[in-house]
Amino acid sequence: MSFLDYFLGTRKKSAEVAKDRLRLILAHERSAGTQDFLPQMQEELLAVIAKYLPVERDRISVNLERRGDFEVLELNVLFPEKQASPPKP
Amino acid sequence: MARIIVVTSGKGGVGKTTTSAAFASGLALRNFRTVVIDFDVGLRNLDLVMGCERRVVYDLINVIQGEARLQQALIRDRQLEQLYILPTSQTRDKEALTAEGVAAIMEELQKDFDYIVCDSPAGIETGALRALYHADEAIVVTNPEVSSVRDSDRIIGILQARSKRAETGDSPVKEHLLLTRYAPRRVQSGEMLSVEDVQELLRTPLLGVIPESETILQASNQGIPAIHMKGTDVAQAYEDAIARFLGEDRPLRFTQPEKQSLFKRLFGG
Repeated sequence: MSFLDYFLGTRKKSAEVAKDRLRLILAHERSAGTQDFLPQMQEELLAVIAKYLPVERDRISVNLERRGDFEVLELNVLFPEKQASPPKP
Repeated sequence: MARIIVVTSGKGGVGKTTTSAAFASGLALRNFRTVVIDFDVGLRNLDLVMGCERRVVYDLINVIQGEARLQQALIRDRQLEQLYILPTSQTRDKEALTAEGVAAIMEELQKDFDYIVCDSPAGIETGALRALYHADEAIVVTNPEVSSVRDSDRIIGILQARSKRAETGDSPVKEHLLLTRYAPRRVQSGEMLSVEDVQELLRTPLLGVIPESETILQASNQGIPAIHMKGTDVAQAYEDAIARFLGEDRPLRFTQPEKQSLFKRLFGG
């Protein structure tokens, strides 16, 4: 960085931008490598749940996340609104 | 029993063949019996970089297919008695590189050599997988640039999952990061990822930093491995890397910009 840049005020250095972008994409891709089985598992879970409950295909999501030393498997199922809302008095 | 080293990167054009040639020559200079193998079937170039392109008669694929004996395909280096080159085929396709064939060649070479250096092709397909499969150690050649860093991360993942050591549950492949085409001035001005940045991103122990230099082109123009370019920063940086590889302690060089004039420092340049 030159002296003049300092006074003119500069944007974020491009190397910093590169590092931030890489940090994000590498974290994402590293976890993706271990998640090859997720789509298949999602399909199978959906089949089981749909057997008992009326859920839409896109209302279920399965996520594997790393938090510190743990891996957290998160299963999210959204039921149709009619059934999810409490019965009115 | 020879140590098998793969020189790999995922991305093309980052300096794998230059590094394979320099590294193999450096090991031979230290009196280790060394062979360097080109795994880039169909795009052979190690022979040119090593300066032995006119002496290629048989190649790796000929040996795998039983058309020649290994001894007939090995080319002795012009300068170093302890160094041999095993070129690859320019005409066959990479499917000719069978797993069994490569395994048999590795087994035979291990009897006669101290180090086997495998120059991997770019990409993550057959040639690259065959080159890394038998590795004990891996030199991951990376440029301080986004696509190279990402591809290196990918190839490190593959080393950890698909090498023989990974498959057999043996101790993992020892990984080394070699940063090439490094331009200290651009790092200083914030336009290039620094050694520390890349190391932090890839979490791989640093083997060395090879500065961006005109020497590399001069060396490959003449078919001389860069380590023989006496007195140049590149040759010294490769020597340092080899010393560290062999367990010696060497401080990093060529990672700080040379002194600039006051004018340039004031106004940028």
